[in-house]
Amino acid sequence: MYDLSVSQLAEGLRNGDFSSVELTQHCVERMQKFSDLNAFITELGERAILQAQNADKLIKEKNHGPLTGVPIATKDIFCMYGVKTSCGSKMLDSFIAPYDATVTHKLDQAGCVTLGRTNMDEFAMGSSNETSYYGPVKNPWNKDYVPGGSSGGSAAAVAARIAPLATGTDTGGSIRQPAALCGITGLKPTYGRVSRYGMIAYASSLDQGGPFGASAEDCAYLLQAMAGFDEKDSTSLDKAVPDYTQSLNDSIKGKVIGIPEEYFSEGLGVGVKEIIQTAITWYEQQGCEIKSISLPNTDLAIPAYYVIAPAECSSNLSRYDGVRFGYRCDDPKDMRDLYDRSRSEAFGDEVKRRIMIGTYALSAGYYDAYYLKAQQIRHLISDDFKKAFEQVDVILGPTTPEPAFKIGEKTNDPVTMYLSDIYTISINLAGLPAISIPCGQQGGLPVGMQLIGNYFAEETLLNFAHQYQLDTDWHQQIPPGFNE
Amino acid sequence: MSITPEEVLKIANLARLQIKPDEVEQYAKDLSNIIHLVEQMNAVDTKDIQPMAHPLDATQRLREDEVKEENQREKFQTIAPAAEQGLYLVPKVIE
Repeated sequence: MYDLSVSQLAEGLRNGDFSSVELTQHCVERMQKFSDLNAFITELGERAILQAQNADKLIKEKNHGPLTGVPIATKDIFCMYGVKTSCGSKMLDSFIAPYDATVTHKLDQAGCVTLGRTNMDEFAMGSSNETSYYGPVKNPWNKDYVPGGSSGGSAAAVAARIAPLATGTDTGGSIRQPAALCGITGLKPTYGRVSRYGMIAYASSLDQGGPFGASAEDCAYLLQAMAGFDEKDSTSLDKAVPDYTQSLNDSIKGKVIGIPEEYFSEGLGVGVKEIIQTAITWYEQQGCEIKSISLPNTDLAIPAYYVIAPAECSSNLSRYDGVRFGYRCDDPKDMRDLYDRSRSEAFGDEVKRRIMIGTYALSAGYYDAYYLKAQQIRHLISDDFKKAFEQVDVILGPTTPEPAFKIGEKTNDPVTMYLSDIYTISINLAGLPAISIPCGQQGGLPVGMQLIGNYFAEETLLNFAHQYQLDTDWHQQIPPGFNE
Repeated sequence: MSITPEEVLKIANLARLQIKPDEVEQYAKDLSNIIHLVEQMNAVDTKDIQPMAHPLDATQRLREDEVKEENQREKFQTIAPAAEQGLYLVPKVIE
């Protein structure tokens, strides 16, 4: 059952070919069998079986939707009532969420069965899943390699076919980059499309939740359940959610695809470049018009991001004070000692670095030089995309410059790690939607292409991705050792 | 611009973090590298460019001032490191 698509699973459940309990047991067995991937922080096997029993009842009563009884892995960043929600940090190692995130609630309403809570970079800060308090996740394609981050556990769980679906969050590429590195499909929606309520904050003006699946079609089902206006999130946008599965089969003939020259300059691996070019040729053969475009401020995205994201994180993470919830140090001698030691003992190095950069950038006298400047650059980057979308329907390029790197390879040099997000970060700064889909392999490791859309063009992205996946089988490739 | 070890300690103090003496040098190096990366922004003139606060220029939504949520103090305090009789316990702050 592990290799079935979401629509096949839904059909099997409806027809009574298998029950949700049987399907869930199958997935729980795989979760345990492949536990060496370290994809999960908390396994919820017993709870999942109870949820599956309930789903089976709903299916019997014909009171079900497309995801009723379908297992899912959820990133340990979405609060789940009564369940540990750690965000990959020692700070929240003992935190039992007292409420549900809106996404958690919506998945419950949709009848999804939660298998477990996936591993992630601490507070979603990282591109390799190595900053997690719970240790790195291994890439199912090669266990010496990283799965990407920050949603590395979610991507690995789907790639290993433990779960057909998973949730992630994307602040600078944290859905798309691990999707690319693990050979699966991952979509970062328009900022404001998916509620951030109960999704533990990293950089609030950039964070956005989204789906992982083997295919674009699977992602369409999950996005359908996740998206929508939420009055509990002040940045949620009040715009109707279309039926994402309806437009999957629309014709892409005559559509215009923009190829940004800056995404193909030095820095892009030769192997990846060739693979992306093959995908471009495929779209051309389908009757799409390929147009060269320029996003001239691309180089400024990483510098601006490493002001804005740390600035917002330094403010967001000030709530972890050892008083109201989360970690508290032993025997504090006074208030100051309580704050200082609780935070220092429970935050990892990368989180501390980003808090400090943010604190520095926001400190007296530096605001204009750093934060204001970065917000101005953000406008320039956004304008580049606005101009591009006057001429094209989607933009296509690589998701990452290279396939997955080895565990430990970049941990000593934060800046080198940051540079691997060159093609994903500007999309968050502009607030646009983008999807990463597998389109080839290099040295046994997957390569992903990124399709970027205009605001609220998730339908278009899923359509373009689905059409490609109808004719190719990269999304159906299962890592060796996991196809049994 | 580089971040000196003294500045590391100053920033850590503002951020309520303690950096161990033998780690200060490494932090100074790492933070300096990040600031060098960030300073690539200076290559572009942003005079008269509006800072972008929200990608879709959304403004803060307002709502009626009415009570909807109930106070859930007890529930929320069950996850506090130390609480008693509805109060959060902390070390003594007034002599």
